[in-house]
Amino acid sequence: MVPADPEVGGTPPAARLDPESAEWLRVLGEAGPQREAALAQLYELLVRIARGEVARRGPRLRISGPELDDLACQAAADALLAITGKLGQFRAESRFTTWAYKFVIFEVSAKIGRHFWRHPSVPLDAEDWDRLPGHFGFDPAYQAEWGELFAALRRAVDAELTPRQREVFVAIVLNDVPLDTLVLSLASSRNAIYKMLFDARRKLRAALVANGYLHDESSRRS
Amino acid sequence: MNGWSELDRFLRTDPRDVGCAQAMEMLHVYAELVAADAPAEARYPGIAAHLRACGPCGEDFEGLLAALRDDAH
Repeated sequence: MVPADPEVGGTPPAARLDPESAEWLRVLGEAGPQREAALAQLYELLVRIARGEVARRGPRLRISGPELDDLACQAAADALLAITGKLGQFRAESRFTTWAYKFVIFEVSAKIGRHFWRHPSVPLDAEDWDRLPGHFGFDPAYQAEWGELFAALRRAVDAELTPRQREVFVAIVLNDVPLDTLVLSLASSRNAIYKMLFDARRKLRAALVANGYLHDESSRRS
Repeated sequence: MNGWSELDRFLRTDPRDVGCAQAMEMLHVYAELVAADAPAEARYPGIAAHLRACGPCGEDFEGLLAALRDDAH
């Protein structure tokens, strides 16, 4: 991975501040009833976005009804705290509301991750290697064609990965543990877990290419 | 997409991938560009590469984009 895109990081703050964003910053930066009214308005906005987001993700979650709505309201409340605590970090690179929505989307993700951490469907460290071919859509009827590939993949997981990379690979790839759940389980960060999985993917692909199971350029063994 | 290409796609890594921290830092900027049909990927190729590969960040991006599009209607 590389540190950053060249464009990341450098817009002058006031250069593109739109009037609506400026007004949000003004009232949230004050004290008194105007600020309280703005906080209430922002909270309502965040609740609406959070409800929309949990509804969008809902069909894929094992959460529903009041529990899902409660998650949305908690996400909005925590996002409001994060936003008010970071107002000074808003650099006017987008509209204020877009920046604010980002926090509530992150809070929804974090809370869903926490839910799965509390209610795991499989132990995080279980190792059911038989699930793996199906995970990638291999047809059991053609096991004779891909059996060796997965045996090689398993050998590479054992031989090439560090214990921590192996742990992350097993949890996320074999056990379908959400990455944000693993972040909590390992007291880590999304970036650190992703980097471990990124390095594991790179090593495993290199091993499969070196042993002739995948080609360097084409996407399928011929 | 068959199993071979799906496995290959998963294992392939893009050296331009900026990782979660940078992508999350700039997600609001990137999403606003996409919502405006501006050339977000050309401007932020490393973020685009990351969002294609990282399920959680990709999901957050889709959620933020949906919120912006919902606002626009």
